[in-house]
Amino acid sequence: MVHWSAEEKQLIASVWGKVNVEECGAEALARLLIVYPWTQRFFDNFGNLSSPTAIIGNPKVRAHGKKVLTSFGDAIKNLDNLKVTYSKLSELHCDKLHVDPENFRLLGDILIIVLAAHFTKDFTPACQATWQKLVGLVAHALAHKYH
Amino acid sequence: MVLSAHDKSNVKSVFGKIGGQAEEFGAETLERMFAAYPQTKTYFPHFDLGKGSAQVKGHGKKVAAALVEAANHIDDIAGALSKLSDLHAQKLRVDPVNFKLLGQCFLVVVASHHPALLTPDVHASLDKFLCAVGTVLTAKYR
Repeated sequence: MVHWSAEEKQLIASVWGKVNVEECGAEALARLLIVYPWTQRFFDNFGNLSSPTAIIGNPKVRAHGKKVLTSFGDAIKNLDNLKVTYSKLSELHCDKLHVDPENFRLLGDILIIVLAAHFTKDFTPACQATWQKLVGLVAHALAHKYH
Repeated sequence: MVLSAHDKSNVKSVFGKIGGQAEEFGAETLERMFAAYPQTKTYFPHFDLGKGSAQVKGHGKKVAAALVEAANHIDDIAGALSKLSDLHAQKLRVDPVNFKLLGQCFLVVVASHHPALLTPDVHASLDKFLCAVGTVLTAKYR
């Protein structure tokens, strides 16, 4: 059973309240595909991923990034129930999408960097620590139903 | 994983822009690492890890200096960090997984202080560079 302190919940809510989910999601996914190009293996049908510029401008990347981060919002609404919240998505990623859970960790780390760039000095060490905990738990929940 | 000419140029440009802030960035990297990944504190039982610790500042300076050295000798990181590599293998024996954690925190520091500098392209190069440094430092472990 995960425990969230009042301070951690506050740090999560205050950051999330200021996040533009579409922009942030698009940027995080684009960076994932650029920084760790092997992650492109899941997106053969996305069209042009041939360069950072192509990836950043790719409308499918933007749309999918928004989808992924919107789902992240569900985690934030269900901090005490992540495994249940992500149960179906976990099965999907295992059985249909065949995504190595390591990719969830990679995306989580990239999201942290996007948040750091956005919030600059407001993204304090305490804030980063809380969000690293959150992305780690989300990754874990998404991997939970793997078999 | 190989650093292209473009990667090397990106890395040099980052460290060029960071300049004198490298030491401060080293300290902040450690501070963030200890906060986000408390298990990393196990390597520093002899340190005061409280806020503003002089020991953390001092150690952050050393870490930053090593990264700067690697960037300045980016065509031969193994050569530049050979002694540090020996030290990590023989004495420090920091588990290899921790270099990724340090790398993540360094990227966060750069992102939070110089967001415009860390474009996706530069981010990729810097991440590769940090991986390369970690690989060199653990190369002689076994």
